[in-house]
Amino acid sequence: MATWLLRRMFQAALVILAMTVLVFVGVNVIGNPVDIMISPDATQEVRQRAIEALGFDQPLWRQYLTFLGNAVTGDIGKSYVFNQPALDVILQRLPATLELAVSALLLSILIGLPLGLLAGFRPDHPTSRAIMAGSIFGFSLPSFWVGLMLIMTFSVYLGWLPSIGRGQTVSVLGIEVSFLTLDGLKHLALPALNLALYQISMVLRLTRAGVRETLHQDFIKFARAKGLRPRRIVFVHVLKNILIPIVTVVGLGFGHTVAFSVVTETVFAWPGMGKLIIDAINVLDRPIIVAYLMMIVVLFVVINLLVDLTYTLLDPRIRLETQE
Amino acid sequence: MKTILDVCDLCTSFGPVRAVDRVSFSLRSGEVLGLVGESGSGKSVTGFSVIRLLDQPGHISGGRILFHGRDLASETEEGMRQLRGNRIAMIFQDPMMTLNPVLHIDTQMVEAVRAHQKVGVAEARRQARDALGAVGIPSPEERLAAYPHQFSGGMRQRVAIAIALLHNPDVIIADEPTTALDVTIQAQILSEVQRLVRERNTSLIWITHDLSVVAGLADRVAVMYSGRIVEHGPTDPVLDHALHPYTHGLIGSVPSRNRRGQRLAQIPGTTMSIDRRPPGCPFHTRCARAQDVCRTEPPPVSRGAEHTALCFFPMEEAARLEVVQ
Ligand SMILES: Nc1ncnc2c1ncn2[C@@H]1O[C@H](COP(=O)(O)OP(=O)(O)OP(=O)(O)O)[C@@H](O)[C@H]1O
Ligand code: SF4
Ligand SMILES: [Mg+2]
Repeated sequence: MATWLLRRMFQAALVILAMTVLVFVGVNVIGNPVDIMISPDATQEVRQRAIEALGFDQPLWRQYLTFLGNAVTGDIGKSYVFNQPALDVILQRLPATLELAVSALLLSILIGLPLGLLAGFRPDHPTSRAIMAGSIFGFSLPSFWVGLMLIMTFSVYLGWLPSIGRGQTVSVLGIEVSFLTLDGLKHLALPALNLALYQISMVLRLTRAGVRETLHQDFIKFARAKGLRPRRIVFVHVLKNILIPIVTVVGLGFGHTVAFSVVTETVFAWPGMGKLIIDAINVLDRPIIVAYLMMIVVLFVVINLLVDLTYTLLDPRIRLETQE
Repeated sequence: MKTILDVCDLCTSFGPVRAVDRVSFSLRSGEVLGLVGESGSGKSVTGFSVIRLLDQPGHISGGRILFHGRDLASETEEGMRQLRGNRIAMIFQDPMMTLNPVLHIDTQMVEAVRAHQKVGVAEARRQARDALGAVGIPSPEERLAAYPHQFSGGMRQRVAIAIALLHNPDVIIADEPTTALDVTIQAQILSEVQRLVRERNTSLIWITHDLSVVAGLADRVAVMYSGRIVEHGPTDPVLDHALHPYTHGLIGSVPSRNRRGQRLAQIPGTTMSIDRRPPGCPFHTRCARAQDVCRTEPPPVSRGAEHTALCFFPMEEAARLEVVQ
């Protein structure tokens, strides 16, 4: 276990290092922030001073090494716009995004799993057919369009739910959260649903497929031959066997949800990282972009690790030590 | 002896296909019935019909299954649940597939105890441990905490047998429980089961295609062909003086020491697919004794009350079975 964890940490470090190179080079390709930050009619001298202050006169590899050296100490540079450390800016916005993503994750499990079970156990029932047909929309309709439709329906037409911002927040351990106030919950509902739609469809289709497959296994027949109640067969024997693919999809889906909350946050003006990154790209605020991308990389690495750990809890046949 | 199970004209269909056709047999308390026949003859479907665990679209389309006088064919699903594992238990062919791979052995045994008995987990666990001990699993207390993949195939089948015996059922249906195991383990499990059912006076339906197993184990034998029982009777008469040409052929195809060097007899042709059953006797396409009447008329039941066969021209000469010792 310990050696497995150490090896995984080492691999993770390598992945993150490789990503720093990609991110750094990539960001350098997309444009020169000096062009945006300094007015076109500034003198050559002013320009030159700005370039030197930002270190852009150095060769790229030296800029990278400087960046890496600073990054190790947790310093990714100051945002050109906010004039604050970029990491701090990102971290301020992280809770809003995480709250949205976790809500979407919970929705995808709370809605996707039961619907998938129903569709799996009663494949010919009209409700099941409707669920399966509906799930196709879930992952084929573009997220921004669904978001706009949700706003049209629930905010504009019915007037039930607000469409912009986080609403009233309360502070828990120094972190602002919406879900503890009624107003906050109302604000959370639409963006969370919007973000969850794809995941719901994935989870329910996967659950259904898993149930269909597991039901034909001998051990389910044997469980019935023992005289177990149907409820126990469904929720223990079938469910525990299909959880592994679901955990994978939900786990990795969580990373995607965070990364791609960009669209939803923009549509619903949700003040999270996604909205921040769009603004940062518009003004080429490099440190913010870099800090954001690094945050996402770390997030994916951590989630992968958690998913693998969960496997071993769910499936006794997987032993961490023997994994290569 | 008391009759426990009385199956009468049982028909089981998958859509329009009758996989089991007018099957009748009865089982007295403590009796062992060997159900033999080639692959696809309907042995498993007969077993699953009795415990009512048929796969869709299979259903019982006729006949009665009287268990202590109560007709299981028309029993409710909850009524069946209360009988399964409790009064009627089943053991499957492939021990690698019968236990749930992601649940501990104790979980799977404790739930089986508590499905039919209002006892606490500790008491259920104690019963589970004793059951494991009874089927010859060493250090049962430790093995309870293991997962199925930590057991060998033979040990897993012992666990399945222990589960089947938990509630001292009246009937155990064993569907080729030793086929997937290697020969030495087969013999061990066979004698173990024989001892256990004798001790507890449990009735046993042992499904197999291996006549030599039946010879040593069963009190009575039913031979199935194409969904029908074609010969039925006490083990010795059936094996020593087979009436039906099909049984005769089966016996001839068992290897024996006395006939070493000789070619094994084979039944020519292959099993008729059940959905394209010919008129008349289903065996006529492969039968050396077939006459015109066999191709058009359904064969009658011949010979005595105890030993019967479905055939126009039952065998005269004795077919001897010498079991490989
Ligand atoms: N799930 C099913 N769907 C459709 N037909 C089935 C199904 N199960 C069994 N049958 C039919 O019933 C027939 C008998 O099958 P069964 O499993 O009882 O044979 P068996 O005698 O147990 O053979 P084996 O020795 O291979 O186990 C098959 O040939 C098939 O036509
Ligand atoms: S009835 Fe005719 S075809 Fe059928 S087994 Fe007897 S002799 Fe053979
Ligand atoms: Mg079978």
